[in-house]
Amino acid sequence: MGKVIVVTSGKGGVGKTTSAAALGAALAQNGEKVAVVDFDVGLRNLDLVMGAERRVVYDIVNVIQGEAKLTQALIRDKRVETLYLLPASQTRDKDNLTPEGVEKVIVALKKAFDWVICDSPAGIERGATLAMRHADVAIVVTNPEVSSVRDSDRIIGLLDSKTLKAEKGERMEKHLLLTRYDPARADRGDMLKVEDVLEILSIPLLGIIPESMDVLRASNIGSPVTLADTNSSPARAYFDAVRRLKGDALPVTVPGEKRGFFGKFFGRKAA
Amino acid sequence: MNLLGFFSRPQSAPAARERLQVLLAHERASVGDRDLVSKLRDEILRVIAKHVKIDQDKVNVKMERGAKVSTLAVDIEIPFDAGKKAA
Repeated sequence: MGKVIVVTSGKGGVGKTTSAAALGAALAQNGEKVAVVDFDVGLRNLDLVMGAERRVVYDIVNVIQGEAKLTQALIRDKRVETLYLLPASQTRDKDNLTPEGVEKVIVALKKAFDWVICDSPAGIERGATLAMRHADVAIVVTNPEVSSVRDSDRIIGLLDSKTLKAEKGERMEKHLLLTRYDPARADRGDMLKVEDVLEILSIPLLGIIPESMDVLRASNIGSPVTLADTNSSPARAYFDAVRRLKGDALPVTVPGEKRGFFGKFFGRKAA
Repeated sequence: MNLLGFFSRPQSAPAARERLQVLLAHERASVGDRDLVSKLRDEILRVIAKHVKIDQDKVNVKMERGAKVSTLAVDIEIPFDAGKKAA
């Protein structure tokens, strides 16, 4: 039975889709069988970030409505053969995403894959609550910025009340993935530090993804960042996050913090 | 950012941290989607409305949510003949 992971955040634009693609790809690059599912009906983007936008034939709504079989809708990645994508519908209404339909799809995916990664839409509406509903583990993607932290706190509340696990009285496993982190700005006191965010949200840290040009470059070419350049700092951070997700007690390091005095003053990243 | 800016500008992260801690303490304590201070505000207004016809434009409610203490100030203009109109 596969593990269901929801990648969520409340706020939009913090890196949910980037992270869902990168974590999914990283797991598949380690030989695991992975399905990444886009729940953002009407505003799908996971297909684009994963470079499969021209190969979408059927989507999750087609599967739910019985117009296509799950195996027909799943798109196999051209680079990693154990990586699959289930796209969201771009044209259909969000109401076509029914709780019963989603349950059927998730149950079927769990049987066929080691990991089912649900990329949640922003917000706290239907799409977001359905994306988290069947999760075993939640990854809360947060930027070191006040509105993102606030929304993450709200999402943590929903994860503890509106999911199947919560309703059964079980504890939802939650992890924080801090994205777009700039250690130089945090050092200067102009960005919330890792410790600040951890203290406020009080959930364990899965990883710190540095603010990096490599992320935009990867999405430009339609490749998860872990595939675009396996040695880039965000890719390494995602690979480490995946190891922790699999239970490895790997200590979290702040990317690029080893810069010395000179680097702090004349860092490459201008504020 | 230049070096001058580096030395003169105060840090903003501590303010972000403090504002978040106060806000989230309140949001977490709220029952359903309403927090205590908002509920008090509504109930106080309802009680007064039972006895006095309130002109909504003459009601001034101020709330200040703090880390340890919140304040609620309800300022209502009650006209001299208000009692007669009450239901």
